[in-house]
Amino acid sequence: IARHLKHAGKTVSALYHTDDMAAIGSHVDIHSSDYKENYETMKNLVADLKSTVGTITQGGGEKAIQKHLSRGKLLPRQRIDNLIDPGSPFLELSQLAGYKLYGKDHVPAGGIITGIGRVSGVECLVIANDATVKGGTYYPITVKKHLRAQEIAQQNRLPCIYLVDSGGANLPHQDKIFPDKEHFGRIFYNQAVMSSMGIPQIAVVMGSCTAGGAYVPAMADESIIVKEQGTIFLAGPPLVKAATGEEVSAEELGGAAMHCGTSGVTDYFALDDQHALHLARRVVSNLNYIKTPSVKITAPEDPLYPADELYGIVGGNLKKTYDAREVIARIVDGSRFDEFKARFGETLVTGFARLWGYPIGILANNGVLFSESSQKAAHFIELCCQRGIPLLFLQNITGFMVGREAEAGGIAKHGAKMVSAVACANVPKFTVIIGGSYGAGNYGMCGRAYSPRFLYQWPNARISVMGGEQAANVLVTVQSQQRQRDSRQLSAEEERNIRDPILEKYEREGHPYYSSARLWDDGVIDPVDTRMVLGLSLSTTMNAPLEPAKFGVFRM
Amino acid sequence: MGIQTVAVYSDADRHALHVALADEAYHIGPAASHLSYLNQQTITKVSKMAGVQAIHPGYGFLSENVEFAGLCEKEGLTFIGPPASAIRDMGIKSTSKQIMAAADVPVILGYHGDDQSEERLLSEAEKIGFPVMIKAVRGGGGKGMRVAMDRDTFLQQLTSAKTEAQKSFGDQVMLVEKFVETPRHVEVQVFGDHHGNYVYLFERDCSVQRRHQKIIEEAPAPGLTEQTRQAIGEAAVRAARAVNYVGAGTVEFIVDSEQRFYFMEMNTRLQVEHPVTEMITGTDLVEWQIRVAAGEELPIKHQEDLRLSGHAFEARIYAEDPDNDFMPGAGPLVYLSTPEPNEHVRIETGVRQGDEVSVHYDPMIAKLVVWSTDRSAALRKLRSALRQYNIVGLNTNIRFLDNLAGHDAFRSGDVHTGFIGQHYDDLFPKKELSDITLCHAAMAIVLAEHDQVMRAAANSKDPFSPFAVGCGVRVNDLYQRQLKLRDGDKELTVSVDYCHDGSFIVSHCGATYQVEASLDSDQTGCKWLTCRIDGVQQKVKVVSIGNSLNIFARDASYQLEVSEPDFVSASHGVTSSGGAVAPMPGVIEKVTASVGQAVEEGDPLLVMIAMKMEYVIRAPMAGVIKDVPYKVGDTVNKGAALVQFEE
Repeated sequence: IARHLKHAGKTVSALYHTDDMAAIGSHVDIHSSDYKENYETMKNLVADLKSTVGTITQGGGEKAIQKHLSRGKLLPRQRIDNLIDPGSPFLELSQLAGYKLYGKDHVPAGGIITGIGRVSGVECLVIANDATVKGGTYYPITVKKHLRAQEIAQQNRLPCIYLVDSGGANLPHQDKIFPDKEHFGRIFYNQAVMSSMGIPQIAVVMGSCTAGGAYVPAMADESIIVKEQGTIFLAGPPLVKAATGEEVSAEELGGAAMHCGTSGVTDYFALDDQHALHLARRVVSNLNYIKTPSVKITAPEDPLYPADELYGIVGGNLKKTYDAREVIARIVDGSRFDEFKARFGETLVTGFARLWGYPIGILANNGVLFSESSQKAAHFIELCCQRGIPLLFLQNITGFMVGREAEAGGIAKHGAKMVSAVACANVPKFTVIIGGSYGAGNYGMCGRAYSPRFLYQWPNARISVMGGEQAANVLVTVQSQQRQRDSRQLSAEEERNIRDPILEKYEREGHPYYSSARLWDDGVIDPVDTRMVLGLSLSTTMNAPLEPAKFGVFRM
Repeated sequence: MGIQTVAVYSDADRHALHVALADEAYHIGPAASHLSYLNQQTITKVSKMAGVQAIHPGYGFLSENVEFAGLCEKEGLTFIGPPASAIRDMGIKSTSKQIMAAADVPVILGYHGDDQSEERLLSEAEKIGFPVMIKAVRGGGGKGMRVAMDRDTFLQQLTSAKTEAQKSFGDQVMLVEKFVETPRHVEVQVFGDHHGNYVYLFERDCSVQRRHQKIIEEAPAPGLTEQTRQAIGEAAVRAARAVNYVGAGTVEFIVDSEQRFYFMEMNTRLQVEHPVTEMITGTDLVEWQIRVAAGEELPIKHQEDLRLSGHAFEARIYAEDPDNDFMPGAGPLVYLSTPEPNEHVRIETGVRQGDEVSVHYDPMIAKLVVWSTDRSAALRKLRSALRQYNIVGLNTNIRFLDNLAGHDAFRSGDVHTGFIGQHYDDLFPKKELSDITLCHAAMAIVLAEHDQVMRAAANSKDPFSPFAVGCGVRVNDLYQRQLKLRDGDKELTVSVDYCHDGSFIVSHCGATYQVEASLDSDQTGCKWLTCRIDGVQQKVKVVSIGNSLNIFARDASYQLEVSEPDFVSASHGVTSSGGAVAPMPGVIEKVTASVGQAVEEGDPLLVMIAMKMEYVIRAPMAGVIKDVPYKVGDTVNKGAALVQFEE
């Protein structure tokens, strides 16, 4: 009955100790022109996102795909579908990696598919090379995406499954993939370190593993290789011939029969892709990997309001304001939210909720950050850390308040408290950029530099050091001050010549695709999917034990 | 009745239902019936050991065996049945007809003489007039029986009947009689006691037959006038009286389209189809048999006290393949669920889920008996009950029975023994697997997987994780998968798109359907799939066992195989379909293949006997034989790999 009444828009209960009293959100006027305009704008942004991703998931084009399939291989996404539990979700990361990054060279999804899915009931991190994209070779963004996936696996203690089908390093880009710390070598370093931490490393060799790539299966805990399809060698037949004059076929040099029977580099002999993936599932089911979430879990409940109303509430214009609670109400279980310090520092909404049954502490911007809102944030983050409650940052922030009054009020040190709390919080942190992400607001609200376990953007989001207009104004002001020293005035045209390129640059570089292409986030998502994506992300983080908080709760 | 029961069983029936239900049970030998259920000495020995007073011989085996009835008499055991003399009199057809004719029971013109020369038989046939029926005197069950339509084919049919009779009964004495076209098979249940009382319990119509065996029976016979009913009943009583019959008996008549009836034979036992009579008369005929055997008078001894009420049907559910000329089958009843029995729906069966329909005995699984106030109501009830009779593991005639019971001609009571042949095309509609059924199959697979994932999650410490939701979520994308199914030897690919709202788009051969579905289990563990396809909702039952997926819909049942990935068959070393595998359960008769032998494709490898037929198993490919795991006499299951080849 309670549920029924809630749907009628009200929560009524005869119980004093009811949990049902804290539902938030309101029925929005879906007929208002604002709502309609917003809805239309966001819908178009989402449609563009889906069509862009739709092209990316096609991989390296029809010709390459046909060639790949004609060899009896499955496409990388098919491999993943066959690897994970049937019909279970796959949380794919950074689909836009490499998007328009290398000029005419298209590297869809960065040539590598990464994500999290359940294999035999165990959440695993899957890294699959896409051999239809430049033969599966590693571009700089490929390396970055591979390393980011490994980072996620390490932070969340996820077994790693590498579906290897790669020609190795992309040689023309060698200076951007080989020598540095966060380059190719780090892949194997991570494998060794994760293995030492007890995080299983499983390689499935479904194509080439040449040179450096050979170390993926070689350094895995267990390796599977496909008959007459997978090869592993430090140097391929042409290089061998050049080096020693020895003539040898790829299969003899590093095929499945040799590696399973003679060298022992691989452990399982698969007849085809499907068999290899089946064996990988068997390997995972033998891991004895038990997920023990360290939070109290309750049965999830849908929010009271339809998720697509987020389109009409948020829209595409970052200057329009709305109540962040309306967003929270469309994400959390039963739209229930126990707001913390509701009357203090009101430009930041903080409070407790549940998402897919997991507890979560939410910080959502409802305006610029003031000293009070910063202190409130620091206080709330400390509470969550003490209690082991994961944190969700819904980021829509122009920055901290500026001006004489703010500076005199110590905004710098109050903001620093928030930034410090965010940095040191060792509960899982999740950030969704649902609007603007500018300046130090990005820091305080757990931007990429603050190591949230996952960071997603909505397609309407913008991220830059400051807004384009503010940056243009600053530069115009600086220029006109210089001109003034020379006793000259900046003409309207000169001003436009400064302003326009800056505006254009900030708009282009602040765009979520630009950001996601460079892996500044883990993906651009449809607002409607936010609850699901966060639920999957939360579930993922529950694989790692919570670390104890390193600070007490300081009231501020 | 407070009587203790003792059962006997062979090796094959160790775990059979009749054994489980009896107070005591005795093992009497191996599976082959001539060594067990037909072994009179063992049975009488066991009876004495168990202190048995009376033996009920059932419907088959020794129930009409003169020697056994005599042996019981000699051993001081009561044989629940007629006296040996009555069995003997009625057992030989020529004798029985003479007695009947003398007792003023109409008999069909025929020749039952001793002169068995072809010339004499032919001239008698001409005297009777074609078409004629040539029948083995000792025959039964359609064996040794032929119809000669004219003079030209007579000798050929005669030879054929003789050969079969010789093989089946070791006797080739033939009789020739008038062949009645579109005849009906109507039989009258009679009962007599030791005090000279006789009654008839009305008639049954068993006209619709396949392979000359009954398949569906009803009481009373449709369309029979009250005069005929009384006349045929009284004739049957006269027949029983003429042989001093005691106990339950059935007098079979042929009835022509003018309702003229002719005595055919008398079955000196209780018959399989007796429940329809019980249903319309409110009696328990087995109880009557026992009381009569104990010397009591008939529970109802005045004919006028017997009332006919309502209408009853019996459908015999067989393990057989109607599409393959009703070829008998055998195998495990992997899944069995029946309609809920009640006062008006009876299920008489000797098997349970998990039991085996053995190659050794009659492949009847059950008798389904229904009663209602009138024929059409009873027929509706029969069809509804048939659709609730769900069996997986072997072929059955259930769907055929349903088609039969739903046929217009059957509904109007226009039945005769050639019914199936006449309406063949209607009764065997081409099986068309509709896209709707494919949608059901796809949903059954997808939701069962979902169920499995959810159940595993529920047992974990993280029971509600969205990773355990089978919604196939893909970020900014739809999950599309291909399901590979097999319908017989037809490969089908069905594609399923997982929509974000939890519904599905199912496509097959260019047609797409919007599908919402849920899978629920009822208290009995049955899975019910509720599927809304383009707005039309249907509920079907789903039974999946191994790779076979069985869908029981309102109108029909379907069986599909979920294709295994290549590596599964490859790693089992099983060759392609049509390989050296047993086509059906049976016994190995002869092994010609030997280990190490090189064979060409098509070479005979071994011979097996299944359902009394020989099957030559041939090499599916050229190769060297690695192993022949079976030897002569071994019983093999369907699909057993009889020969393995070197890789």
